[in-house]
Amino acid sequence: MIEARDVSVDIAGKRIVGGVDFDARPGEVAAIVGPNGSGKTTFLKALSGELAYTGRVALNGRDLLAMKPVEIAVHRAVLPQATTLSFPFTVREVVKLGLVGGRSGVLPGEDARLPERALARVDLDGFAGRFYQELSGGEQQRVQLARVLCQVWAPVLDGRPRYLFLDEPVSSLDIKHQLIIMNIARDFARRGGGVVAILHDLNLTAMYADRIFVMHRGRLAAAGEPQDVLNDDLIEKVFDCRLRVGVLPAGNMPFVLPQSSVS
Amino acid sequence: MVDQSIAGPAMSASEGDRSGRARIVILLLCLGLSIAVLLSLTSGASDASAVNVIRDWLSGAVPGDAALGARDSLIVYDIRLPRVILGMLIGAALAVSGAVMQGLFRNPLADPGLIGVSAGSSLGAVAVIVLGGTMLAPVTALLGTLALPLAAFFGGLATTLVLYQVATRRGQTSVATMLLAGIALAAVAMALTGILIFMADDRQLRDLTFWSLGSLGGATWAKIASVGPIIVLALAAMPFLARGLNALALGEATAGHLGIPVQRLKYTAIIGVSAAVGASVAVSGGIGFVGIVVPHLLRLLIGPDNRYLLPASALLGASLLLLADAVARIIVAPAELPIGIVTAIAGAPFFLWILLRKRGVIDL
Repeated sequence: MIEARDVSVDIAGKRIVGGVDFDARPGEVAAIVGPNGSGKTTFLKALSGELAYTGRVALNGRDLLAMKPVEIAVHRAVLPQATTLSFPFTVREVVKLGLVGGRSGVLPGEDARLPERALARVDLDGFAGRFYQELSGGEQQRVQLARVLCQVWAPVLDGRPRYLFLDEPVSSLDIKHQLIIMNIARDFARRGGGVVAILHDLNLTAMYADRIFVMHRGRLAAAGEPQDVLNDDLIEKVFDCRLRVGVLPAGNMPFVLPQSSVS
Repeated sequence: MVDQSIAGPAMSASEGDRSGRARIVILLLCLGLSIAVLLSLTSGASDASAVNVIRDWLSGAVPGDAALGARDSLIVYDIRLPRVILGMLIGAALAVSGAVMQGLFRNPLADPGLIGVSAGSSLGAVAVIVLGGTMLAPVTALLGTLALPLAAFFGGLATTLVLYQVATRRGQTSVATMLLAGIALAAVAMALTGILIFMADDRQLRDLTFWSLGSLGGATWAKIASVGPIIVLALAAMPFLARGLNALALGEATAGHLGIPVQRLKYTAIIGVSAAVGASVAVSGGIGFVGIVVPHLLRLLIGPDNRYLLPASALLGASLLLLADAVARIIVAPAELPIGIVTAIAGAPFFLWILLRKRGVIDL
């Protein structure tokens, strides 16, 4: 599991994240929500070992600061918000970069087929030969997810759970692909891995998250299961927006919730 | 964990996998280099026949033997062969350095010549040439023939380090800053070089002028012995960077997430490039555009995977420099054009073409 205690991050003398306690357990999807600029991405960067922090982060029982990049890469994979590429790689070549650490967890010899399997998972069958730069933003995001999945293909390796860190994984996706990606995340957790996802869509969050961490001005405003956390008061306080949970629109105004999807 | 996709028959030729093509291209480049070497050994102001030399060599005769004219043997073994070897080393060093810098700066326009690394190396080299007998006498006395390549190396290293610090903010390298800072650094290095040239005497001046235009003309076995090991070592280290440079194409943060030790990668690349460029500049002066043209052509052919791009760049760089040298020797025979002029005349329009072609893509 991942345990973060009293984690703070300062950037250029300014406190961006202050005293956050956070747990990500194997078998669960942990969602981080909060308004823009509340420190979600900065906190995830601390958790992934990318930014210096104070406090303590333990990854599967080991202090993150004592681990080398190559060791950390065995335990978790990170999907950034957006990735620009400087050279004309094909989609397959990008996805294959996920295998650079060599611990995907599939049987020896199956690695070669992994990019195609990962692309099929994110609904990009047949895209392997295309150039990454030619794809739409949403397609690029799914290519990156396929790359990230290759890195930790087996959710459990050597008896230890592995983690997916997803920073707004569905932000530029249509509703069909939002559901596909969130189902991949939930499936990864069901098979023994852990997922940490920054999300903006509260309905998707309620539907897929086992636990929600709400961030507000760099601090943790609430944490717990969706039904305990998502209430009118918290949403008004954190998002500065008067919304009511579970209230249907008036009259015959149409509304479409992801929860209504029939699998 | 079995799914039906494993059983598919189309396993051999995976779509989007250019490694097969890359291997074929590398084989062809090996062939091309052999041809370039032969061509280079046979062409020149003298009619010395390299074919005879090779025939002799294959039949096991000792060089300089009676079967082979002593004059032909001298020309081929002591003039053309060192020149060919030096040309191959320098062509490979410049092309691979270009490819590595482009991977490091995440930009297809990074080139040791364009962004001031060569100018820094030149400053180091000129300092040794001009001050070697006076101010730097203890240094040259201590290092002997290594003084020149080492000075060029540290000049290049200092420039690259400053450039990287200036152009990189929070893990992102800005292209505009890189090119402009490169111009500024090159200007400073050239101004300092100018002061040294101002101090130089007539003999040194003549040396410097020809040296700065770039030439393989002074190739000797002694020069190969002084810079060859440096270039070979630097080139031998580069393939170990290939995987890391591939990951770096996704950005420094993502490369780190994939388990690449990014800082170590950057420093190894910078030191390797400085050594290779410094050593090249020390013996042959400013030979431009090899580092930008070669990797760019190859990326069009085999894609940007550095595991293939780096060896292919070495082969094509070596071949092209030998060809440029052959042109330099033939075009105004019996005189010789500095090779830097040939590579610049061929390379500069190519560079413009890259700029125009990618105007929409390259984010300045």
